[in-house]
Amino acid sequence: MPLNPDCHPLVLFLLLCALFAPAAVTAMTVIHTEKSLYRNIVVYEEDGQRCMSFTQREQSARQSCQFLSDPTQFVFPYTKMMMGALYLNPQPRTLLMIGLGGGVLPTALAQILPQATLDIVELDPAVVKVARRFFSFNPGQRLRIFEEDGRVFAKRARRAGQRYDLILLDAFDHEYIPEHLLTQEFLTEIKELLTPSGVLAANTFSSSHLYAHESTTYEAVFGVFYNLRVELRNRIILIRRDGLPGREALERNAATLEPNLQALGFGKDWLLPLFSTERDWNPKARVLTDQYAPSNLLNNLP
Amino acid sequence: MRRLLVFLLAGWSGFLVMAVELLSGRILAPNFGNSIYVWGGVITVFMLALATGYLLGGRWSLVAPSVPRLAALLLAAAIAITPVLFLAEPLLDWLFDHLRDPRYGSLASATLLFFLPTAIAGMISPYAVRLLVDDSRRSGHYAGLLYFVSTFGSAAGTIMTSFYLVLYFEINQILAGLIGISWLLGLLVLWFGNSRDASKS
Repeated sequence: MPLNPDCHPLVLFLLLCALFAPAAVTAMTVIHTEKSLYRNIVVYEEDGQRCMSFTQREQSARQSCQFLSDPTQFVFPYTKMMMGALYLNPQPRTLLMIGLGGGVLPTALAQILPQATLDIVELDPAVVKVARRFFSFNPGQRLRIFEEDGRVFAKRARRAGQRYDLILLDAFDHEYIPEHLLTQEFLTEIKELLTPSGVLAANTFSSSHLYAHESTTYEAVFGVFYNLRVELRNRIILIRRDGLPGREALERNAATLEPNLQALGFGKDWLLPLFSTERDWNPKARVLTDQYAPSNLLNNLP
Repeated sequence: MRRLLVFLLAGWSGFLVMAVELLSGRILAPNFGNSIYVWGGVITVFMLALATGYLLGGRWSLVAPSVPRLAALLLAAAIAITPVLFLAEPLLDWLFDHLRDPRYGSLASATLLFFLPTAIAGMISPYAVRLLVDDSRRSGHYAGLLYFVSTFGSAAGTIMTSFYLVLYFEINQILAGLIGISWLLGLLVLWFGNSRDASKS
């Protein structure tokens, strides 16, 4: 059952750090903790950054971070790579985001795309609360938030005839994967929710056995896709429903978007070389389906 | 021998109930998600079904209790699970269109798909106690043993399903396996029970 134990190992850890390492270079300050139905959320500040974490000691468990001096600058490679979706379709008007985190990505997208509307689905109301209070996430008319399960939302939206130009899938943390959001059936539902030239950007963390299964599952639904990786833990999959645009189109869109991305602290010289269609996984890995989805087990196999 | 068969059926029914309960969360997830509400709905239905089963099983044990009848309960539970293999998807799609709230959606789905088989499986334990006890002074001892065996079966069903079975098999393959083993055990015990009756007469 997806329940977390009622303790705050991170907080304890941080307190211990504060006690035993008074000479530490930078102080880590916990500014807020929140218990939700699904996890414990910790907001802390360190090294001039404010971060949201889901009770984990490891740095990689940080969900979202902002620079205190300039919150518009992106901290993580993964959020920068997610913006690569705009290279495949630079002017999306209807956007869907599954999984909110600190809300850094939707806030930036809403600024770059003044005409666009964003629907954001987040299962955990406490994450929404924390994003609003500590990460200046500000939903409104153009930025609508829905507190429910991503799969249920997508299924209802599809039946209601809703379509999106860009869907951003960011519902996994590297500790727990909602298994019903990584199956052939779910991705097929997502595909049908895209407009003909619609784009899907998926943030995944697979450095494990799951990497190959995830790859064959996306391939089974969409065919060839762009695979972006920087560190072992960060992987972004980019797909366009009517086929991947080639290098030239990417470069053209990148040039148009360059001022917008520079404002976030990066640009095409960093992002474009990451685009790859190389299949660096075992193509025989079993496709994940609603009937067969042991994603968390596969992710943790030694 | 007779006691062994009774314990075997009780242990397996414990395994069966928990294996099906774990899978039911997976079966509901594509339509109702994986939120705490869905698990809440599933667990509520399984607990209510078991409660009902205990009541009915105890009651039924008052009239001509026998080992073959106990085996028949397991066979009935296996039959009651079978529709899940074929009806789960259309039924869940239909409920998805008619119930917007995932809480009531999962409650209704779990009730329609799993209440009957779980209630029948729940009848096995109290019925088994009746077959084990021949001396009221030792009734607590046998009830304790039976709880031990059936709850141990539940633990085994939980860990086997969640740690191993889902890694190798599809949900419907696991369900079919559970149904098959239930048939095998039920028929085996029926055959043993009847041959004993025949040798007596």
